[in-house]
Amino acid sequence: MSIGIVVFPGSNCDRDVRWALEGCLGRPIRFLWHEERDLAGLEAVVLPGGFSYGDYLRCGAIARFAPVLEELRRFAAAGGPVLGICNGFQVLTEMGLLPGALTRNRSLHFICEPAELIVSPGSCRWLQGYAPGERIILPIAHGEGRYQVDQAELERLQQRGQVVLRYAANPNGSLADVAGLSNEAGNVLGLMPHPERACDPALGGIDGRRLLAAIGA
Amino acid sequence: MPLFHARVQVSLRPSVLDPAGEATRAAAARLGVEGIQRLRIGKAIEVALEAPDQATAQQRLELLSDRLLANPVIEDWSLDLHAAG
Repeated sequence: MSIGIVVFPGSNCDRDVRWALEGCLGRPIRFLWHEERDLAGLEAVVLPGGFSYGDYLRCGAIARFAPVLEELRRFAAAGGPVLGICNGFQVLTEMGLLPGALTRNRSLHFICEPAELIVSPGSCRWLQGYAPGERIILPIAHGEGRYQVDQAELERLQQRGQVVLRYAANPNGSLADVAGLSNEAGNVLGLMPHPERACDPALGGIDGRRLLAAIGA
Repeated sequence: MPLFHARVQVSLRPSVLDPAGEATRAAAARLGVEGIQRLRIGKAIEVALEAPDQATAQQRLELLSDRLLANPVIEDWSLDLHAAG
């Protein structure tokens, strides 16, 4: 079985995810054009980073209406593993598969640097390869990664253990240092950092490997 | 079918930090414009819409504003609708 990688007009990390999965981990992949509806035979789907539909209106706002995402909603509801990286995380929040929204970084700068993260895997299927409290380094590269949600929802997320990745040194003003969130069932993960850029030793670190290798091991 | 013109104003909810607005406020001070207490940046979206009547037009625009033009998690919207011509 293979892992699907959604390609929107404006996606730019789709090939990076392919290299990480296929080249580094030996996992077969299938690209899914945004107009496709066939998710049959996929064991997981990745929404990669980039600027889907030019990020017009808001990041991820137009992508939400892509035909492939109608199917993805069913796939996720049936327990299928879904991973949204960076712009993919923004798409997941716009779709309502994860609560909250990603807004302009407090500094207004596009931040591109390695970020130290604290992992709280809980029941998140993508993070079972990490120990609770483990610190890892993944690169971040975003202008709109400041997580925002109302206080009541944040408390619910924290109580249910859905804040699965936190920044050790908050780079963007994200509420409660949120870097990544899981849904309650644990099959959907959205994160701003890029695990696919930390799989090839040539890039300086491989802390993202266990995340991308979690499904179909 | 009657034509309607609408202007949808989308603004960040008061609780949401607006770093672009803050940066603009700082630039305003450098320009020498004094006394600005608050500056928040939003969007205005102009729509021309055909609908059988004003109530239908209103209904469609409310759906559009609430489900697409604004993200209710971080934004508020208001709607100004009038018949064209």
